[in-house]
Amino acid sequence: MSNKGRFLATDKIPGLLKRLGGTYRVFAPVKVSDTVILFHEFKEGAQLALNKQATLPPKEILFPQTECLLSYTYHKDPENLEKSEVQVEETLEALPTIIFGARPCDARGLMVFDAVFNDGQWRDPYYKARRKATTIVTILCTQPENTCFCTSVGGGPTNTEGSDLVLTPVTGGYFAEPATEKGGALLQDEAFALGHNKADEAREEREKVSLESELELDGIAQCLLELFSTDFWKQVSAKCISCGACTYVCPTCYCFNITDETAGVKGERIRTWDSCMFYQYTLEASGHNPRPTKVERYRNRIGHKFSYHPTNYEGMFGCTGCGRCIKACPVSLDIRQVLREVKVHG
Amino acid sequence: MANSINPFLPKIGTVLKVVQETPNIKSFQVVLNDQERMKSFRFEPGQAAQLSIFGVGEATFVINSPPTRMEYLQFSVMQAGEVTERIHQLKEGNPIGVRGPLGNWFPYEDMKGKDIYFIGGGIGMAPLRTLLLFMLDNRKDYGEITLLYGARSPQDLCYKEEVKEWEARDDMELILTVDREFPEWDKRVGLVPNVLKELAPSPQNKVAITCGPPIMIRFTLQALAELGFKDDQVITTLERRMKCGIGLCGRCNIGTKYVCIDGPVFSLAQLKELPPEL
Ligand SMILES: Cc1cc2nc3c(=O)[nH]c(=O)nc-3n(C[C@H](O)[C@H](O)[C@H](O)COP(=O)(O)OP(=O)(O)OC[C@H]3O[C@@H](n4cnc5c(N)ncnc54)[C@H](O)[C@@H]3O)c2cc1C
Ligand code: SF4
Ligand code: SF4
Ligand code: FES
Repeated sequence: MSNKGRFLATDKIPGLLKRLGGTYRVFAPVKVSDTVILFHEFKEGAQLALNKQATLPPKEILFPQTECLLSYTYHKDPENLEKSEVQVEETLEALPTIIFGARPCDARGLMVFDAVFNDGQWRDPYYKARRKATTIVTILCTQPENTCFCTSVGGGPTNTEGSDLVLTPVTGGYFAEPATEKGGALLQDEAFALGHNKADEAREEREKVSLESELELDGIAQCLLELFSTDFWKQVSAKCISCGACTYVCPTCYCFNITDETAGVKGERIRTWDSCMFYQYTLEASGHNPRPTKVERYRNRIGHKFSYHPTNYEGMFGCTGCGRCIKACPVSLDIRQVLREVKVHG
Repeated sequence: MANSINPFLPKIGTVLKVVQETPNIKSFQVVLNDQERMKSFRFEPGQAAQLSIFGVGEATFVINSPPTRMEYLQFSVMQAGEVTERIHQLKEGNPIGVRGPLGNWFPYEDMKGKDIYFIGGGIGMAPLRTLLLFMLDNRKDYGEITLLYGARSPQDLCYKEEVKEWEARDDMELILTVDREFPEWDKRVGLVPNVLKELAPSPQNKVAITCGPPIMIRFTLQALAELGFKDDQVITTLERRMKCGIGLCGRCNIGTKYVCIDGPVFSLAQLKELPPEL
């Protein structure tokens, strides 16, 4: 990488985040219990947890679990109560934001969002505005977990795609290198010291990382199509209880619902996360449901990530190998095992 | 409309007129309040829009007036659930949100010079009405035009006034059918696919366009195949539950295709390339 690197000592991080908080909304992974790490807006004294993947990806910061798309107000005509008018207002707000301490798989997850929401035929103005206002600071993974398989899906523990500033763990802190101008701008802060003496260590750390590509996914899109009408899906989805946890924790899942919430004459149109693992998701008004059981829904989830999305978006899988769905699944369905079996049977 | 403005933001319109078509279907004639927008509103036959009742939500309907008649946009709405129930309560002068046009449209250019065979069932007549009126307004571009239209009972037929008009025209043929005998009914009796088989139109230089409930479509497609129609001579529209209507919410895919942007209009040849998940 570049020679513009700087050194960020671990003990300078809270001060850095506090200063950045003057200009940006700053989110960083915080330990909320012994087992749970979540991206929270940084407050002084928060217990930062930078050495492990967060329990949930930071997607919520750009694509909130609940957000207002517009607000509306009805005006009744006092002369004629049958008559009314409605006024609609766009509610688009994008504050400058920093996500500090994402993982490479999280940053790549946003690239899946970008392809759909930012660069597609139709743009999502809400995501687009937030994405533009957000700077992603990524910590490379020098110690991947046993659920990580990012190398199998085109990423890697030291992959920098989608990041603006990249931090490599070194003795006493992190070696920081800009990946974009947006990221480089942060290096102005006093927390970043001259770091030439750390450049070599950072390079060695990166080279030391070993996470072999454990899945052979060449041709998987075709295998999935060939298995479409077979009993295979019945077998692999047998354990699934349609809870949707796998989609909620996934940095690339973006399905949503839109509903109205009213109080009196005013209200809001709300977008919320939805999940293709739910029966209602595709239930039509006629009562017909094209994906009536978990078998079709599980098939669609895997098909979407490993066949449809790559076909529509230049080969990019709708999965970054973060392993969160493996950790979150209450019945221990392992997406890696499913993919291996697809290759065997397809 | 793509990209320039917020695609989630409905334009506000006003209901000009409400027509009770059948016991559970009403047609709504809508104009956009912003006259400039109404003037510049462009759509193609077969495209849909999301209608909004703020406070209840949105639902998808085809714009069933043709782009050749832009005094208003017409939507025919069958009562099916929450949003459609509230739409049915609308009165003349009430506001309504319109988000569109959405989706693809009938390939009417490719159909020029061909004979057109419309096969509609129930509310599925709505999209066919758009294309039929469009073709009648561009009559010389097309060969023979036939409409086979079926409903459960005589009172379930939509567009009764127009049906009379179509019946009287000598530049198109109209065949009406209902599912079973009714006292005042002197026209055909029988399910659409069966009537189609009896009529046995020749596939020669013809395009068949069918729209209706899934079960009717299924048997109609079979009947057309038996009659010798090739997959690229058959066009149908698909229904899926929709939310965003613009390929983002992820809901309406069949394999790599999204019914909301790649459809709702598909040729049978295109459908056969998709995974069987209808
Ligand atoms: C491209 C296209 C064009 C269309 N054109 C027309 C047209 O011209 N005319 C027309 O009448 N229709 C048309 N439709 C169908 C129309 O969109 C539906 O009938 C309409 O969306 C129903 O909306 P609703 O809100 O009234 O029903 P909903 O209230 O959404 O629900 C209907 C039924 O769906 C089920 N349901 C919905 N949400 C849930 C939930 N959360 N949990 C459990 N069950 C649920 C229930 O069984 C409910 O009774 C078209 C559809 C498409 C896709
Ligand atoms: S599918 Fe599983 S492993 Fe892949 S990105 Fe989503 S949560 Fe991570
Ligand atoms: S987390 Fe596991 S059980 Fe829940 S929907 Fe996903 S695969 Fe099924
Ligand atoms: S309706 Fe949202 S993707 Fe088609």
